[in-house]
Amino acid sequence: MSSTASQLRRTPLFDCHVAAGAKLVDFAGWEMPVQYEGVIAEHLAVRESCGIFDVSHMGQIETSGAGAQGLLQRLLSNDVSKIGPGGAQYSVMCREDGGVLDDLFTYRIDIDRYLTITNASNHTRDLAWWSAQAIELDDVQVSDSIEQWAMLAVQGPLAREIVQAVSDRPLPARMRAESRLLAGAEVLVCGTGYTGEDGVELLCAPEHAPELWDELVRRGATPAGLGARDTLRLEVCFHLYGNDLTVERGPIEAGLGWCCKEDTGFIGADAVHHARMHGTAEQLVAFAVEGPGIARQGNPIVGGGEVTSGTLSPCLHTGIGLAYVPVERAEPGTELEIDVRGKMRRAVVKDKPLYRKDS
Amino acid sequence: MSQASYPAELLYHPEHDWARISAEDPQLATFGITWYAQDALGEVVFFEAPALGTKLAKDAPYTEVESVKAVSDVVAPMSGEVVEVNEAVTANPGIINEDPYDQGWLVKVRLSDPSERESLLDVAAYMATLAG
Repeated sequence: MSSTASQLRRTPLFDCHVAAGAKLVDFAGWEMPVQYEGVIAEHLAVRESCGIFDVSHMGQIETSGAGAQGLLQRLLSNDVSKIGPGGAQYSVMCREDGGVLDDLFTYRIDIDRYLTITNASNHTRDLAWWSAQAIELDDVQVSDSIEQWAMLAVQGPLAREIVQAVSDRPLPARMRAESRLLAGAEVLVCGTGYTGEDGVELLCAPEHAPELWDELVRRGATPAGLGARDTLRLEVCFHLYGNDLTVERGPIEAGLGWCCKEDTGFIGADAVHHARMHGTAEQLVAFAVEGPGIARQGNPIVGGGEVTSGTLSPCLHTGIGLAYVPVERAEPGTELEIDVRGKMRRAVVKDKPLYRKDS
Repeated sequence: MSQASYPAELLYHPEHDWARISAEDPQLATFGITWYAQDALGEVVFFEAPALGTKLAKDAPYTEVESVKAVSDVVAPMSGEVVEVNEAVTANPGIINEDPYDQGWLVKVRLSDPSERESLLDVAAYMATLAG
């Protein structure tokens, strides 16, 4: 192994990945499994039965105290006052100019305690942003809790059944986050995910993670890597920060206006309001390639715009992706020509999501 | 195939390509990618063969193979002209993973300079490049 590999961070599940034959790659400074048996098999396992992902590279920020809700209302685009105890909510975090700093799930884990999940590549920047906004406030505590949590995603039509079998009580519903004893360990069970399937995300102390992983694999969950995580999310058109969301893009053009509640006065609300009222030059669309070829991130679109995510869809058997295009070409049905490394590939703008369970 | 293999009768290019020079006709060769290349790439899901008659230059990319995650250039181990392409692999690129040296060949080439074989690696020299 080279010296760079030894500097990569490892999750508490690293040994489980090695034992399962994972191919490991550098992802945002973490040594993570990109695949085990193969991306397509893992993708289909999640669509058809149950897959288990190690997402412990994702960060956690805990915001607590009487002023926690007020701080989060400034930081996050959604209406944080709507998260009841045990609730969950998706939002973006913007700069004053509306540029997206991160997209995040927030769980209300107690009356005045919230846990927000950050993207690994943004965690340090998010934490600095959080702390800077909290500096004048004396009734709120912000803490980096990344070291306190391992995170597993168990996803697929059989995911709940498999997790339920080791749980002391019924699992929380979709978009709920509650503590349960799983195989004897205390776990925050969240009815959320990034695959378009039913399932849960599990947050637990790092020392309990390997045993929980092994138990769920024994009960039929298929280890799935970041490769399948990416193809699964792209089929259902979930954004990937760094690809489809950046500080150069605002939530309106990204199609995330639904999670922006400008009347809460969040940072960037004025810019978001302006974009919503006056429109944007480009819009993020889903597309499918017609015929052969796989468009990839960075491929230019003839006439303007570019692909921000692209892959082969294991369920649709064609090239798919997300792209920013001029708004006049964003209507479903519009034909696009994508320059895929010098070859022109025809694609069509599609409704989101690209993949539907019943299709 | 899950186990690494590198047939002794092939010549290898350090960019993880192989050449099999015809026993009957030393000006005719078959090219493909090695077990290492397909394993590094993962499941190959797309391969578009170059057109018949395409001129290949030694050490230059002449086509691409793609997995779900990535695109990889395929480099010509020797110079020449494409005289046959493997249509079966175009239709089912996963053959490259299953059998990279036989069913999974990519192109047959009329060599323009058969002496270029002298610059290619034998199996021991190629495997030594993988050990680093």
